[in-house]
Amino acid sequence: MKIGLVGRSGITAFLVFAFLSLPAQFRAQFTPAPAGSAFSIPDAQLLKPEALVQLLHTTNKDKPLILQVGSHMLFAQAHIPGSEYAGLGSQPAGIEQLQNRVNTLSRKKLIVLYCGCCPWNRCPNLGPAFAKLRDMGFTNVKALYLANNFGADWADKGYPVEQGY
Amino acid sequence: MSGIPKAVGFAPRTLRRSFTAKLLLCLCVGVSTAQAPVTATSLLHKEAPEFVRTDLKHRKLDLYAYRGKVVLLDFWATWCSSCQLEMPRFVAWQTQYGPRGLQIIGVSMDDDPALARNMYEKQRLNYPVAMGDDKLGQLYGGVLGLPLAFLIDSRGKVQAQFRGETDLKLIEEQFKPLLRP
Repeated sequence: MKIGLVGRSGITAFLVFAFLSLPAQFRAQFTPAPAGSAFSIPDAQLLKPEALVQLLHTTNKDKPLILQVGSHMLFAQAHIPGSEYAGLGSQPAGIEQLQNRVNTLSRKKLIVLYCGCCPWNRCPNLGPAFAKLRDMGFTNVKALYLANNFGADWADKGYPVEQGY
Repeated sequence: MSGIPKAVGFAPRTLRRSFTAKLLLCLCVGVSTAQAPVTATSLLHKEAPEFVRTDLKHRKLDLYAYRGKVVLLDFWATWCSSCQLEMPRFVAWQTQYGPRGLQIIGVSMDDDPALARNMYEKQRLNYPVAMGDDKLGQLYGGVLGLPLAFLIDSRGKVQAQFRGETDLKLIEEQFKPLLRP
């Protein structure tokens, strides 16, 4: 059965209307992730919180460099022990700060990026930060997968945190 | 003998009892004096922590001054796209329910106030917004992810908290009964 041009336009118009009729909250949940969001990071490069906790206990030689690329205000309230603040990944100034921090490191260095500002599909910081390190030639970069945010998926689960700048 | 480490097994029984009693006492004192961390959940049905700030319009923003009103305290940031999606609805609520005693107050968790100011203008927010910081965040149990909002009744008590993306209809249903008819 063929659907004419008018019919297809009608269906499209109906779908658009139905989508716009949804409350903003639901629209948000169905809106595709913005370009450069954390969704752009390949699954193979994701690290689960429990895996990072194990890494925290490894010897100095194998210890990763852990960088927070989200809000500094959130970092000051709670961050992963030993991690460093490396700038807001969604801002050019933040990317520059990240670049300066890792510039002299071996491109094979294990680097773990994390943010946790907001739900994974809404995080604007991790994607650009990950892309920057990849473009700089780093081959061993992981992104900590925090589905909801740092509070819910790390602090509330009893994983170690420390405060301060 | 159970519960007593072998290392002290050589001590006379009375000494061991004394040691255990002291240990228990120390633990009790430690527990009673240790300050439990404030968490967002622990604020429920308690007085909302007071704070005084200067809002983005350079006016004094004193949470206590809003006693008598139902306050929706919204923590947001420009990097939080979910927060931005909520804002038009908050603006509409302020217009619609303001006369019945609703007051929305925003706290931006941006590191750069200029970004918050731009968003304030862009979204045409009709409610006061102050800049937050880590101390204010910790006062509210740690703002370790956004969006985050607290519903505070007219007596200043926290009646609900909304963590993460929340159905705005649910928030509306919770504050409406607290408003004047």
